[in-house]
Amino acid sequence: MRVVVDFDRCQSNAVCMDVAPEIFEVRDDNFLYILDETPPESMRAKLEEAVRRCPTQAISLQED
Amino acid sequence: MVTPPGRVVVVGASLAGLAALETLRQEGYDGELIAVGAEPVLPYDRPPLSKQVLQGHWEPDKTMLRGQPEYDALGVTWHLGRRATALDPGTKTVTLDDGEPIRYDGLVIATGATPRRLPGTEGLAGVHVLRTLEECLALRAELETAGRVCVVGAGFIGAEVAASARVRGVEVTVLEALPAPLARAFPAEMGAACAALHLDHGVDLRCGVTVAGFEGDGRVTGVRLGDGTVVGADVVVVGIGVVPETGWLESSGLTLDNGVVCDATCATSAPGVVAAGDIARWPNNLFGETMRVEHWSNAVEQGAAAARRLLAGPGEAAEFAPVPYFWSDQYDAKIQFLGRCCPTDEVRIVDGSVEERRFVALFGRDGRLIGALAFSRPRLLMAYRKLLAAKTSFEDAVAHAARAT
Repeated sequence: MRVVVDFDRCQSNAVCMDVAPEIFEVRDDNFLYILDETPPESMRAKLEEAVRRCPTQAISLQED
Repeated sequence: MVTPPGRVVVVGASLAGLAALETLRQEGYDGELIAVGAEPVLPYDRPPLSKQVLQGHWEPDKTMLRGQPEYDALGVTWHLGRRATALDPGTKTVTLDDGEPIRYDGLVIATGATPRRLPGTEGLAGVHVLRTLEECLALRAELETAGRVCVVGAGFIGAEVAASARVRGVEVTVLEALPAPLARAFPAEMGAACAALHLDHGVDLRCGVTVAGFEGDGRVTGVRLGDGTVVGADVVVVGIGVVPETGWLESSGLTLDNGVVCDATCATSAPGVVAAGDIARWPNNLFGETMRVEHWSNAVEQGAAAARRLLAGPGEAAEFAPVPYFWSDQYDAKIQFLGRCCPTDEVRIVDGSVEERRFVALFGRDGRLIGALAFSRPRLLMAYRKLLAAKTSFEDAVAHAARAT
């Protein structure tokens, strides 16, 4: 599983960081950083929640 | 779980409706799904309309919430460009505007809200509201040639339209009846920050003014204020709030009160009928307050909660008690708000300052953290969601802020 962020859509709401801080970090420069682009399967439920709750629908999960 | 309904009908093909449809499938519901939408398009995203689309950066197809394969996979029969005109909970029937009756076993009401209009604007070209894609494209087409835009209402939609018009190089006047923007919802210093943002970008912001009428014969040429002043305008945008779309429910017997009244689990007063999104008024027991929330995140979360309520047995459904979240992008500023607020709440700036347009403000009521607002501080703001959900005291929240910065 690969985490993909469409940075043309991302507006750094940081909702994903609230849901899965292990994977998403919005820093003081107000940009989003992906900490792990290929997270373990155990993260799937959290990541799906981040996808669903992203206010700009910028996150997707691609299967390997 | 009780016997699942054989057919679920979702009225309202927008964000909350889509969240309900997707959640029903994710929860294993494999019965018939029917969705009814007044607009002739599959569910799309509204927040970009006042920003990327209005500014001309995005074309409409980019606002689609899902791709066609994902819509196909849901297995939904769509009735698009159709309005529901009546609900009879006795016979469990929704009637559409072409007279077609649709029976349901479970019903999700998600018809949203519709913009308020001003008297004297009917049939006057150049006067706009902004809610739908069609309205957005009509406004965008006029902004291409307009020299001056007048926005009535300095709420969030008016503010975003003003910002987008300025980005396009159009002169903008914003008229606000209250003494400052957002004065009904927030303490005065927050409205001052929003006002300053628009003044920074050359908006002619006039607060404490009333609109007496409109100038123009067939097409608007200006807005007449209460003191007789006329603000010249090629285009007028009215952003004075929305009213819940409950007209079709008036004969249904459902309890209506500025929205469809629900219990804490999103169930309405009729069996097998739930409501979600802008139209639903429900007791949010996290805040001890009955609320109706017109924001994107609530539509997603409540659409899902309402769907789960339909599938749950008696007493099994979870209460819907979220921390409301809202954001607005204006110029290069990101405004974000969590929780609740009213003008009389205690306010503490815990990071940055209003002057630099970068800050986090906490709101306290009865000793408890009740809300948090940030200007261009997304990283810091989001930490307060968990504190709000945990009913943290105002004092502890301020102490948290001191450690975090």
